[in-house]
Amino acid sequence: MSFDSLTALVHDSAVIAKRNIIKIRRVPDVLVFVLISPIMFVLLFAYVFGGSIDIPGSNYREFLMAGIFVQTVVFGATFTGAGIADDMQKGIITRFRSLPMSRTAVLAGRTASDVVYNVLSLAIMMATGFIVGWRIRDGIGEALVACVLILIFAYALSWVMAYVALIVPSPEVINNASFIVIFPLTFVANTFVPSQNLPRLLQIFAEWNPVSAATQAARELFGNIPHETPQPEAWALQHPVLYTLVWSVIIVAVFAPLAVRRYRRQA
Amino acid sequence: MCVAEPDNDDHLALCGVSRLRGAGVMEAHVDRLAGMSRIGWSVLCCAKYGATNRVVGTKWPVQSGIGSKEEREPDVPGAIVAEGLTKRFGDVLAVAGLDLTVPEGTVLGLLGPNGAGKTTAVSILTTLIEPDSGTALVAGADVVREPQKVRERIGLSGQYAAVDDVLTGYENLEMIGRLYRFDRRRARQRADELLEQFELTDAAHRPVKTYSGGMRRRLDLAGALVAEPPVIFLDEPTTGLDPRSRLGLWEVVRDLVARGTTILLTTQYLEEADQLADEILVIDHGTAIASGTSDELKARVGGERLDLTLGNEAQLETAVMIMRAVATGDVEIEREQQRIVAPVDAGAASLMRVLRELDERGIELHDLSIRRPTLDDVFFALTGHTTAAAQSAGDGDGLPADRREVRTR
Ligand SMILES: Nc1ncnc2c1ncn2[C@@H]1O[C@H](COP(=O)(O)OP(=O)(O)O)[C@@H](O)[C@H]1O
Ligand SMILES: [Mg+2]
Repeated sequence: MSFDSLTALVHDSAVIAKRNIIKIRRVPDVLVFVLISPIMFVLLFAYVFGGSIDIPGSNYREFLMAGIFVQTVVFGATFTGAGIADDMQKGIITRFRSLPMSRTAVLAGRTASDVVYNVLSLAIMMATGFIVGWRIRDGIGEALVACVLILIFAYALSWVMAYVALIVPSPEVINNASFIVIFPLTFVANTFVPSQNLPRLLQIFAEWNPVSAATQAARELFGNIPHETPQPEAWALQHPVLYTLVWSVIIVAVFAPLAVRRYRRQA
Repeated sequence: MCVAEPDNDDHLALCGVSRLRGAGVMEAHVDRLAGMSRIGWSVLCCAKYGATNRVVGTKWPVQSGIGSKEEREPDVPGAIVAEGLTKRFGDVLAVAGLDLTVPEGTVLGLLGPNGAGKTTAVSILTTLIEPDSGTALVAGADVVREPQKVRERIGLSGQYAAVDDVLTGYENLEMIGRLYRFDRRRARQRADELLEQFELTDAAHRPVKTYSGGMRRRLDLAGALVAEPPVIFLDEPTTGLDPRSRLGLWEVVRDLVARGTTILLTTQYLEEADQLADEILVIDHGTAIASGTSDELKARVGGERLDLTLGNEAQLETAVMIMRAVATGDVEIEREQQRIVAPVDAGAASLMRVLRELDERGIELHDLSIRRPTLDDVFFALTGHTTAAAQSAGDGDGLPADRREVRTR
């Protein structure tokens, strides 16, 4: 990609992202859902599971919180899919396609503006978590790194959902199609229970699942893993920050071009 | 008074207009009369000549900005040149070997019924879809090999308004300006200018979903004009608009032409093509079935139509005889509707003659009017069947025999 087309992409994506953000403010239903569901998740998990599962040497509620953060932003990626499917149906897409703008910007702008959703929901979850007793036990700097890492991972998943939105035959299918991807990823992981308690096969999947790595990384950076907890055996969980970043880069490198190609072909 | 039993005011108005035509109708009449939809365009056509004359003198004006002649690529035989375009959707050959040329600064009217392939042709020329075969140059750029270049030089106002419902009119236009890489100030300024020009200033800061159909259409057209492109595509710009909005849109088109813009306009209305286009290309099933200037087409299609509907089926044959006597071409008979349409060239005199004879033979008359030919009449004259028949009969040439028969004089 030449410098010119890169600046064009950044410029046009910013214009599209700005438009999406205007729309977020003007159609607040989605925003309400984005803000309320994290609160609900935090409270549900904290009070329903939080008291009933015992993790030796740890406070389960605190252990849980990073898992909820990651799970929520992963679910949030479906908004990207829904937004793109909606755009594809509306008349404005014809305008975009007839303009000499970057062909990638409609998608890149969408995935970028959806970071705003994730920042908001992450902030709300952290505030709610704080109220129910979750604490950042290491430095603020590390906590910020954890947040950025979660956002990067969520951004990568947005591209997966963008692609899903472009290949499904109708927008009504998107939610179901996304959940086929998202449920196994979020549940066969260390988000809610430590992975060593899982059956062997699921345990291997969970250990190498990037959602687990993202959760593990966040837990470590928030200081939510007690010192006496044994080191995880899988390499992925021993180097969770690196592993999550590598996955994020691979996901974007694969799914962004796929989605863009698909978008260009769609009449 | 020229009609035996007028059942509403339209007839009266129509006769009035017919008589006035010779004297020349002033434009002032247009606004007032256009509200009466049945006669609306018949009147407008009278006004046309005045309007056209104004435009003719400025057809090749000295230009400035993007549209300037010096900046365009030399040796281009036309602003739009397409050869052998085809496009298939599954079983449907939507565009089947279409050739067209639009010289710089002129308007081509692509005239055809629903499903003729107009939108598909426009989509190919505006790079929204690629043709299966054929080539097209738009403003000097190849639509397949240099689509971005084409996009820089065209404006498109599609059949369905390409606007964002949630954004305001202003936000829509500003966004488009920004996507043309205007800086913020210029994008805003251009948005304001266009809103003003299209009389949307009052609604500028309302979400587009609160707009009426005519307002959306105007905003969409404004969107196509943001970068003042030298070539503009308008796909059925007035379909679904009320007569007043239609007139307004025609004014905009004339204004663009006066500034040297090249326009390809699709329409289902013959009078619209007649009003606006220098050349008319009639298409059906994706191919051209006739082309020429409005006058050439009229010579083939004939002049006005006498449109008669009877009150008594038994008298149809007699009425057909009477109509044939004044007709200048094939007489179209729709048995089911007891309707007879005949091309005539003597205007009100033909009307009077038919009326007298119908009256003499005591034929019961439900409706009789004289009007300008429609797309249906063009199709009938060129192909021997109407667009509705063509559609219900599909690709075959057979017509439901009980519905319609083709007879010669
Ligand atoms: N995307 C499409 N998929 C399948 N068929 C299409 C598509 N677009 C147009 N067609 C078909 O191609 C023919 C021409 O359509 P169109 O270009 O929209 O005609 P017009 O604009 O003159 O009404 C029609 O028979 C229509 O059903
Ligand atoms: Mg169409």
